[in-house]
This record gives sequence, C-alpha cells and structure tokens, in this order.
Amino acid sequence: MSRASGLVLLVAVATIAILSGLAAGSIAIPIDKLVSAIFRPGNDAVSDIVWKLRIPRVVAAFSCGALLALSGALMQALLRNPLADPYVFGISGGAALGVMLGMLLGVGTALQTGLGLGGATFAALLVFGLSLRAGNWNPYRLLLIGVIVAAGLNAMLSLILVLAPQASVKGMLYWLMGDLGYAGNPWPALLIAFLLVVVSMPFTPAMNALALGRMKARSLGVAVSSVEVVLFIVAAIAAVTAVLIGGTIGFVGLVVPHLVRLIGFPDYRWLVPASMLAGGSLLVAADMVARSAWAPLQFPVGVLTALLGVPILLLLLAGRNRDAAH
Amino acid sequence: MLRIDALTLGYPGRTLVKGLSAEFLPGEVWGVLGRNGSGKSTLLNALAALTTPQSGMVMLDGKPIASLPRRAVARRLGTLLQEESREFWGSARDYVLLGRYPHAQSPFGWGRDDELIADAEMQALHLDHLAARPYISLSGGERQRARLAALLAQRPGVYLLDEPLQHLDLPHQVAVLDRLAHEARQHAAVVVMVLHDLLFAARYCNRLLLLSGDGRFRMGGASEVMNAENLGELYGFPLEAVDAGGERLFLPAHRSATSPDV
Repeated sequence: MSRASGLVLLVAVATIAILSGLAAGSIAIPIDKLVSAIFRPGNDAVSDIVWKLRIPRVVAAFSCGALLALSGALMQALLRNPLADPYVFGISGGAALGVMLGMLLGVGTALQTGLGLGGATFAALLVFGLSLRAGNWNPYRLLLIGVIVAAGLNAMLSLILVLAPQASVKGMLYWLMGDLGYAGNPWPALLIAFLLVVVSMPFTPAMNALALGRMKARSLGVAVSSVEVVLFIVAAIAAVTAVLIGGTIGFVGLVVPHLVRLIGFPDYRWLVPASMLAGGSLLVAADMVARSAWAPLQFPVGVLTALLGVPILLLLLAGRNRDAAH
Repeated sequence: MLRIDALTLGYPGRTLVKGLSAEFLPGEVWGVLGRNGSGKSTLLNALAALTTPQSGMVMLDGKPIASLPRRAVARRLGTLLQEESREFWGSARDYVLLGRYPHAQSPFGWGRDDELIADAEMQALHLDHLAARPYISLSGGERQRARLAALLAQRPGVYLLDEPLQHLDLPHQVAVLDRLAHEARQHAAVVVMVLHDLLFAARYCNRLLLLSGDGRFRMGGASEVMNAENLGELYGFPLEAVDAGGERLFLPAHRSATSPDV
C-alpha cells in the first residue's frame, strides 16, 4: 500500500471510530443529533450525554490507545525486538500492584492513581538502575532485567488477588484486563500524548538507524546511549499514563506498530504518528463495542482489543506472505 | 587528517597491537593485512571511535576523536563494518539514504541533495534497478554494494573499510577499488581498508600495515613491505613471488609440496 492511501485509510478509520464511539452506547444517538450536540450544545439530555459521558470516554480511549502504541513502537526500536511491548519492563506490573494495593486498602480513586504512579515509577527506576549499574548499558540486559522484574511483580499481583476479599476481586480483574470505566479526567492524558509525540519525532531518524544495530548507528553519527535513554523515558511515561487511565490493556502496544508497518509505514518517521492514530482508533472502537454490544453488561476493553486485533493482524500477515511468494 | 599515537589494542589477557603510531595522510590508500583474529577489525573500530583503545589516542583533524560529537565524526569519517544486521525496515534506497544521516538538515525528511547523492551512488554501483526492492531481499553481493553505496553517499574524508570486497563479483571488486583510489587521488581522501587479497593490496595500496596479532606489526610503503618473506611470516604460510605482466604476484605454495604447520 502506498503511503498516501495508507494515510487516507488511517484517517478514515479514525473518523469512523470516533463518530461511532460518540454515537453508540446504552443510549444510541442518531448522527444528526450528535453533530448538533457537538457544535451547538444545548441544555438537553443528548448534549449532556455527549459532553459529560461520551466525549470524555472517547478521549480517554483515544489517548490511552495512542500512548500504548507509541510506547510499543519506541520499545521495539529500543530493544530491536519485534515482541517488545509497553509492559516488558514491569511498568504495568508496578502500576497494577500500586492500584490493587489501593483497592485492597479501600482508599479513594485519587490515592489509587497515586499508588499506581508510584508502583510504575518504582518498577521503571528499578529496571533502569539495575541495567545501568551492570556497567555497559545494552538492550539485551535491559530486556532480561525487565522481564525478570515484571515476573516478580506479577507474582505479587497474584498474591494480592488471592488475599483480597471476594467482593473486590472482580473489580481488580477488570482493571487487570484493562477497563476504561475507571478513567477520570482524560484531558491530561491527551496533553501528555501530544507532548510525547512532539518529543519523540526528532528522534525517529535515529530509530531508523538503530534498526541496523548500535555499532552501525554510531558510525552514522547517532549518539546511541543518549537516544536509548530518551526512548526508555518516553516509552515509560507513555506506558504509565496509559495504564493509569485504562488498566493493563494488552495487545495494542504490541500489535499496532506491526499493523502500521504492514500497511506501508515501516519508516519510524511515519510509523510513530501513524501508530498513535491507529492505536487510538483501535481502542476507541474496541471500547465502543465493549460498552454497547451487550449493554447493560460492560466488558473489559482489554478482552476486545485482542479479539479485534488478532484477526486483523493475522489477515494482514497472511496477505503479506502471499505477496512475498509471488 | 587522521593520526594515532601509541595505540594499544586487545582485550584482557591478550594484546593484539602494541604501541602503534601512524599518520594517515590525504591521498593515501592503506591496506591492513593479517590473519584471522589478528586485530584488523579491532584497529578499524578504534580508528572509527566505535571502541575505546586500551591505551593511546586517535586524533581526527588534530583533535582527540573521543571528544568530538558523533555526528561531527560521521561527517568526516565513514565506516564500512565487516558485519551488521541484515534486518532492515525499508527498501535498498531507504538504506542508502541512511548514509546521509550525519548531513541531514531536518529530522523529518531528506533534502533534494541527499536524494540526488544517494541515487547517484546507487547508479554508480549498478543498484538503480533494485532501488525499490526490500533491503532484506537483496543477495549477499547486492547487499554489500548497497552498504558501499551508503558509505559513498556519506561523503566522508576518511574511509575505513573492513573487507570491502566480500561477496562482490570480480567487476564490482575492481569498480569499488577504482572508486576508492579515485576518492583518494582526486578528493584527497584517506582510505584504510582490511584486505585479504594480496594482488589488490599490491595494486591499489600505497601504504601497508601488517598485523601479527601478538602486539607486533610492520608498516611501510607497499613495495618495501611486500615480499615473500614478510608475507610468509605474517600468514604462517609459504608464498612464492612471481613476476608477470610487469607486476609482482605472491602465490601460495602448494600445500602438498611443503606441508606447513598451520
């Protein structure tokens, strides 16, 4: 697919996802009423629903998906590993541990978020500190230490789930699977997503060179270690922010960058913004289905991202293999 | 242009090169010869500031190379690594354009100049018909030509090449060596290359550096260093000098006749 048609496709998908995310829900809103509620909000119920419920929810979903996709793309560049995702460093485990602990102790939402932030920061600093301490910082050790820390945190999470009273376990499981129902004010996350893409874009040519290895990148003039530190920090902030909005939503961070590569944006200068657009759209669409398909029953969106994303990626991969065979 | 002072290379427990000082002057083509594991690549990587020497100093344009920003180094000095990842996200042209990385004016796209230079270098190495092909689908020789085209597109003053001829067919071997000699002669570039081909070393290099791999080395003009005795000692393999077509060739002796201990 050419870059232009890929871009048209992504923008069209984003528009459809956002509009249907605003329209669908326990009460469906017809498109003409939706448009007038957005541009000429009145005192009616529809305007209230759109502005107080739907827009914040869609903004939360879009920011969360965009941040996860950004984090995944940066992690894959940093670790030069196609299986890297935002959670390999135990950032999600750390955040989850904090939030679960908050739920277990029955503290308020704000304090839960604070505890989650603390846990995620602790995990990120632990992984970063240990891999720097080991002397020469390299992506393989970083990955190994990250995977080990994540495994330790997951064990502690299981312990909390076992110890928690039956009544709070379901809420915890929803949070762990990823659920936007707990998202508070989504606007700071959108701002963070915007700031992080602005910070990342100047580093995308270096990411292109890093794909050939650290030695080669260095010989081309990339200050490899500094670039890697920036990628780590930006990816960590993106992952923490996303987890604090939507819990540990899986799959988006791993798969969206691959999806975007397959539709014709393997160059990181395009891949980063395109992934954010695609990740945001995917999560808006998945969240829309999760909260409206079986209403009033609400599914954790993390289940839906996998159910939607897996077949799309498998189809694209199968198509590519057929092309390659010719 | 490029100078080394008392360079010592190796790793804990083994010294490969001890106390090497040399000056690489504009217009010179250097050949680095030696057996496998004798420190040829280690030397090249140290010259490129990709690794830190055990002791000694590399100076680029009169300044310690380690003190210069990476990007400034890459504008002056280009390196062809012996090996690198074959995984690459883009086309052959995307790959060659990466050679323009240290010169790029904007992080968001290549300038017209960058594209013209990359296309010209691809054409020079007969890669123009492969420009749109995914880099990973290229054959070994085509990939080596793309790597050389990227290096030439980098337009450095100092060329460091680790086995530039690997995988290349004969016409491309000659084309690459001619081009490097041209860069040295016409554009006052310095060329330092690791070679295993004695004929091409004799024909194209005016300075040679022979590394024994135990700290010792021999350095000098090609005609004074290259003789059957030095080379035989270097490789631990007997060689015969043969004069043909006005050139002195060094041929490996028949193993069965001499049964050397390797």
